Amino acid sequence: MLKLEGVSKRYGDENTGVLAVRDLTFEIGEGEVVTVVGPSGCGKTTILKLMAGLLAPSSGAVTIDGRPLVKPPLEIALVFQDYSASLYPWMRVAENVRFPLDPKRVSSAEATGRVERALESVGLTRFADSYPWQLSGGMQQRVAIARGIAYQPKILLMDEPFGALDAQTRAELEDLVMRVRDEFGVTIVFVTHDIDESVYIADRVLIMGPRPTYVEQELVVGLPHPRDQITSKEDPSFAHLRGIVYRSIRESTQAMASVAKDPER
Amino acid sequence: MVLAVIELAARTELIPSRFLPPPTAVAVRIVAEAAQGRFWLAIVDTLAGWALGLGIAALIAIPAGILIGSSEFVYRATRPIIEFLRPVPSVALIPLVFLLFSPSLEGKVFLAVFAATWPLLVQTQYGIRNVLPLQLDTARSFQISRHRVIFRVLLPSALPYLATGLRIASTVSLILVITGEIVLGAPGIGKAINEAREGAAVELMYGYVLIAGMLGVMLNAVFAGVERRALHWHASQRGTTT
Amino acid sequence: MSGRRIGLVAAEILTPVLLLAAIAIWTNTASSFYFPPLQEIGEAFAENWLFARVASDVLPSLFRLLAGFLTAAVLGVALGVLLGRVAWLRRQASPVIEFLRAVPPPALLPFTIIALGVESPAKIALIAFVCVWPILLGTMDGIAGIDLTQRDTGRSFQIRAMRSLFRVELPAASPQIFAGMRTSLPLAIILMVISEMVGATDGIGYFVVQSQRTFALPDMWSGIILLGILGYLLNLLFSLIEGRVLAWHRGAREQTR
Ligand SMILES: Nc1ncnc2c1ncn2[C@@H]1O[C@H](COP(=O)(O)OP(=O)(O)O)[C@@H](O)[C@H]1O
Ligand SMILES: [Mg+2]
Repeated sequence: MLKLEGVSKRYGDENTGVLAVRDLTFEIGEGEVVTVVGPSGCGKTTILKLMAGLLAPSSGAVTIDGRPLVKPPLEIALVFQDYSASLYPWMRVAENVRFPLDPKRVSSAEATGRVERALESVGLTRFADSYPWQLSGGMQQRVAIARGIAYQPKILLMDEPFGALDAQTRAELEDLVMRVRDEFGVTIVFVTHDIDESVYIADRVLIMGPRPTYVEQELVVGLPHPRDQITSKEDPSFAHLRGIVYRSIRESTQAMASVAKDPER
Repeated sequence: MVLAVIELAARTELIPSRFLPPPTAVAVRIVAEAAQGRFWLAIVDTLAGWALGLGIAALIAIPAGILIGSSEFVYRATRPIIEFLRPVPSVALIPLVFLLFSPSLEGKVFLAVFAATWPLLVQTQYGIRNVLPLQLDTARSFQISRHRVIFRVLLPSALPYLATGLRIASTVSLILVITGEIVLGAPGIGKAINEAREGAAVELMYGYVLIAGMLGVMLNAVFAGVERRALHWHASQRGTTT
Repeated sequence: MSGRRIGLVAAEILTPVLLLAAIAIWTNTASSFYFPPLQEIGEAFAENWLFARVASDVLPSLFRLLAGFLTAAVLGVALGVLLGRVAWLRRQASPVIEFLRAVPPPALLPFTIIALGVESPAKIALIAFVCVWPILLGTMDGIAGIDLTQRDTGRSFQIRAMRSLFRVELPAASPQIFAGMRTSLPLAIILMVISEMVGATDGIGYFVVQSQRTFALPDMWSGIILLGILGYLLNLLFSLIEGRVLAWHRGAREQTR
C-alpha cells in the first residue's frame, strides 16, 4: 500500500549537500509490521519522513495506494523518539491525544470515544488529566502511541520510539505495539537500531546499508504469533535471524568508518 | 526602617522639608486627597491610558510578530527596519504628538503604543522562531489546520516569550503615559504631580509620586501572577505548582 | 537553495530602500504641513547637525546622558556589591529598591526640578537616580548568586579581597550587571530627552520642542531623526562593549550545551 520507487534524498545543494538516501525501492504491505534497522546516521529518520510526507524526495516517488504523496496524508501517523518534545507540555494527556482529531473531520462525541479507547489500550486511563511532564518516559511514549492510535491511521510510522527507555519498559512497549497491531489492524513501520527489537516485533526486517542508504538485505521473520519476550527469543530461528542482522550491520558500520577516513568522499 | 530614617532626617530638617517632606506628612496629605474625586479620576485616567497603550500595542505586535516569526522571508525583510526603529526613543516623537493631537488621551496613548509595540514585537517573533521543530513536524504529520497550529501550538509554545514581552510592554506603557501627562498635560497622575509642583504643594506632589510607584508595583505583581498561572506547564514554573 | 539565500539578502537590503523611497514620494506628493518633503528634512539635518549645533546642543545632551548613566553604573555596582555580600542589609533594602524601581521615572521629573533646579546637574542626578536601580539589582543578584565553588576557589588560593572582587566576583556577576545596564540605557535616553523638553535652554530635546513651537517642521523632524540615530548608535555601542566583555560567558555557555 505504501511504495517507494527509486527515491533519493539530498540535504542541501548539489555540491556541498549530503546525499542521505539513494535510489531506494521497497513496498510496505497492508497489516505488516516492518522494522527498519541500520547503523546510526545512515538515513533511517530521513526515510520515515519521506514516507510521512514531511520531506519531499529529491527524485523518485512515494505513493500510497497508488496516489503520489505530496503532503502528510491522513492515512499516516507518526511517533517520534523524542516524546518529551513531540508531546505538547501545555496540553493534558487527553488533550494531546485528542489534538490531531480536527473538529472539522471528527465529531466531538466520536473524538471523545476514540481518546478513551486509545488511552485504555495503552493503560493510561487514570492519567487522562495529568500533564505529560508529570509522567515517566515510558508513560509519555505510551501517550504518543495513544495519540497515533486515536488518529486511526492505516499506517503507524515509529522512529526509534523506545530508544531512550530502559530495558524493562522497552519490553513492555514492544508487546504493546504488537497488541495494537492486532487490536486496530494497523500497518506499522518501525525504525530501530536495536537488533533484538527489530527481529522480535517484525514480520519483515529491512536492513539498511551505510549512507547514502539502501536496502542491504531483507528478512522475513517466521516466528509464530503471539510472541513472547521469553519463548520467542529462545526460539532457534530468532537467534539465527538476529545473527544475520548483527553481521550485516557490523559490516556496514565498518564500511562507514572507512568512508569517514577517506577524504575523497 | 528606611522610612524611619527618612522621617527623622526630614523632621530634624537635616534635609530641608521643602525638598523631602516627612513621610507621615505625605501620608496625611494623600489620605486627605483621596477623599476628593479628582484623586480617583487621575488614577482612572492614567490606568485607562496604560490599558489602551498596552492593548493597542498587543493588537499590533502579536499578530505582526507571528507573521514575521513564521516566515524567514518576512523576517529578513523587516529586520533592518525593526532594528533601526526599536531603539528610537519614543519621547522624541513628543513634538509631533503636540502637533497632531490635543492634550488628551490620544496623545499619551500614541506615545505608549509606539514605545510598547517594539519589545512585544521582538519577543513574539523570537518566541515563534524558537518553537521546537519537532513540535511543528508533529502537527504537520497529523495534517493539523494552519489556524489550529497557530492557536494550539505556536502561541502556547511562544507564551513564555509573550509573557516577558507583555510585562516589559506594560512597564513601558505606564512610563510613557505618565510622560505624556507631564509633558503634554494630558489628564492623569502625571499632570497631578506637575500641578502640585507648580502650586508648591510638596507633600501632595510626593503623595502622587508614591501613588505612581504603587501603580507600578501593583501592575508588576499582577503580571507576575498571570505569568505564573498561564505558564504553569512551563519548566521554569513547575517547581512551584506541582 | 542558494537562489533562496540571495532572495533573503535582497529582501533585507531592498525593503529599507523601498520604504525610504515610498516615504520620499509620499511626503513630496501629499504636501502635508506636518510631513515636509524628505529632502527638506535632509537639508535641515545637514544644516543643524553637520556640525553647526553639535557643540551647542548635541554635546550637552550627550554629556548629561553619559554622566548620568556612568554615575548610575558606578553607584549601582558599588551598592550592588555591598548588598550582594551582606545578606541582612539586602533583606532590609530589597523592598525599598523594588518600590523605587517601579516608580515610573518621569514622575520624578517635577521632584528634581523642585529639589535641584533645571541646570545640568539636576538632569544628571535624575538620570542617575532612575538608572541606578536596575544596575543595582542586577549586581546584587549577580554577587549574591555567585557559585560557591568559584568563591571558594578564590579563597583557597588566598587571593586578597580586592583582587577577588575584581578578578572573581565582578566578572562572575557581569552578565547580570550588563542586563541591568541594558534595562537602564533606554531609560537614560528617555529622561535626557524629556528633561530637556520640560526645563532647559539647550540640548536636542530643547531644540526639537523649540522647533515645534515655532512651526519649523523640517528642523523638528531633523531633531527627531537625530534622536533616533543617537538611540540606535548608543544601543550598538553598548552591544559591542557587552559582546567584548561577556565573550567568555557566551563561550562557556556554548561549551555546556
Ligand atoms: N535537516 C538536515 N539537513 C542536513 N543534513 C541532514 C538533515 N537531517 C539529517 N541529515 C543528515 O542525513 C544523514 C541521515 O540522517 P538521519 O536520517 O537522521 O539518520 P538516522 O535516523 O539513520 O540516524 C545524516 O548524516 C545527517 O547528518
Ligand atoms: Mg534517526
